Amino acid sequence: MLTPLEIEAVSLSLWVASWSTLTVLPLAIVAALILARAEFWGKSLFDGIIHLPLVLPPVVIGYLLLITLGTRGVIGSWLLENFGIRLIFTSAGASVAAGVMSFPLMVRAIRLAIEAIDSGLEAAARTLGAGPIDRFLTITLPLMLPGILSGAVMAFAASLGEFGATITFVSNIPGETRTLPLAIYTATQTPDGDLEAARLVALSFTLSLSALILSEWLGRRVRRMMGRP
Amino acid sequence: MLDVAIKRRQGSFDLDIAFQAPSQGVTALFGPSGSGKSSVINAIAGLSRPDTGHILLDGAVLFDSARRIDVPVEKRRVGYVFQDSRLFPHMSVLDNLLYGLRRVPQGERRIELEPVTKLLGIDPLLKRRPHTLSGGERQRVAVGRALLAQPRILLMDEPLASLDAARKAEILPYIERLRDELNIPIVFVSHSADEVVRLATTLVLVADGRVRATGTVAELSVRLDLDGAIGGPEAGAVLDTTVIGHDPASRLTALGFDGGELTVPLLGLGIGQSLRVRIQARDVILALEPPSRISVHNMLEGRIIELGEATGPSRDVKIDLGGSFLLARVTQHSVERLGLSVGVQVFALVKSVAFDRVFPGPAGKQIAL
Repeated sequence: MLTPLEIEAVSLSLWVASWSTLTVLPLAIVAALILARAEFWGKSLFDGIIHLPLVLPPVVIGYLLLITLGTRGVIGSWLLENFGIRLIFTSAGASVAAGVMSFPLMVRAIRLAIEAIDSGLEAAARTLGAGPIDRFLTITLPLMLPGILSGAVMAFAASLGEFGATITFVSNIPGETRTLPLAIYTATQTPDGDLEAARLVALSFTLSLSALILSEWLGRRVRRMMGRP
Repeated sequence: MLDVAIKRRQGSFDLDIAFQAPSQGVTALFGPSGSGKSSVINAIAGLSRPDTGHILLDGAVLFDSARRIDVPVEKRRVGYVFQDSRLFPHMSVLDNLLYGLRRVPQGERRIELEPVTKLLGIDPLLKRRPHTLSGGERQRVAVGRALLAQPRILLMDEPLASLDAARKAEILPYIERLRDELNIPIVFVSHSADEVVRLATTLVLVADGRVRATGTVAELSVRLDLDGAIGGPEAGAVLDTTVIGHDPASRLTALGFDGGELTVPLLGLGIGQSLRVRIQARDVILALEPPSRISVHNMLEGRIIELGEATGPSRDVKIDLGGSFLLARVTQHSVERLGLSVGVQVFALVKSVAFDRVFPGPAGKQIAL
């Protein structure tokens, strides 16, 4: 049914999107908590920086990643020398690009969920003897769960479709960085590639739609668990 | 004993409250909305921080600005029942109830789950989720949750305010049982005179961020200088009485109190039981001589000790019965006609008596929890 090339593109996309979502998740939770709860000087600047990937051209993000995380970049060379980690032209690098691009989406969803939590519940937990960490783990975090879930699925779906930053940062290497969108792009650039492109588009469509349906279903389950009908 | 003396500025609102509440019974912070009552119990719980002052509970310092002590909320051991119950939506009723209990060391647990669920009638609800409960049920669970956290004091912020009359009537008896059967001081905030008269032992009258008066319900109910703060048009003396005898033949029960006796229709209560009764001022008739051939049973002899300001056509008269006091609301015309003034001996005829509180068991009996 699927050609080896298609299977490769799909599994690579899933791999990249999964890793980017998982690694970004804890950071997004922290950033969302800071934005929702903390008051400090320069908060709007912080907010702006987090949202930059939403408004900047993806190519710009890819370029910035290239000069910081490339083998000659400040962070890139440090990673290579100390840990032997190379991000440029690798699937790990593709995850980083997808993660950076989907970060603001995830932060937004989680932040909304935190802001929707009745702070009175945390006050109630305090009067019942729960300290700050206890309170966070037993009240705040569980009540954030629907937001975390929807944020993660959004970010996952967005990562599946990431193109600009990925191709700029890690290029278009078959089996390493050629995810579904990049494979579609390659097919459209190839003579007689129309059928291949159409098949890949259908795949992409199915994948994204499944992710959204899954998220809807999970969301409903979690909401019921949280006691909201 | 709870000892509170705090000052706090919130914008243009100035809170300056000082009062003491006994370790037993129910202390009501009573006053109109926006008078600062809730700020006071939030300060006791530690949810808000006074600018200056101190809060002591049974000798332990919870807050003292001079000594820079501010015990965090979670270490105060203060049970708090919020107006909106604040049950955790992602937990079952049982997990809500156990939330505080699990955070108390084993050796310090005196109040256990089963007696509490029985006391509050929430046994059948344990597996349910908070959103499936009615308002009254939710509030009962919130009370149970606060109790099981083994508090040294129970604070209630208008626990009945969000409930309709039927739900209020449903939950009131449970709070009465708490008061009578548990040995935990309760401080509750209310703007409803009915609730206060029914539940409170000590009353702290709050207005505009200040304490206007402190005393027992009986004392404050007959104060004429509080311009109807308690009861308004339904003002009346509260008397704490004891059942002293029954007369099944005439179907009457005699209630004794400091300075007199009342006869009321036969009550199914044991001798010695406590009963709080309220005699509304407008139900009291004054006479200068004992009338004969009259249907009213209760005639109490006393002396006028104070006359209130004339409000409209009527005036409240305070009568000393010899240990207890009674209010009578009579017309200004009658005051002049009968020459009612301080020192005059009168006979107070009581038309009807409202029963506000009945102790379910023998007075002072406590179930072990």
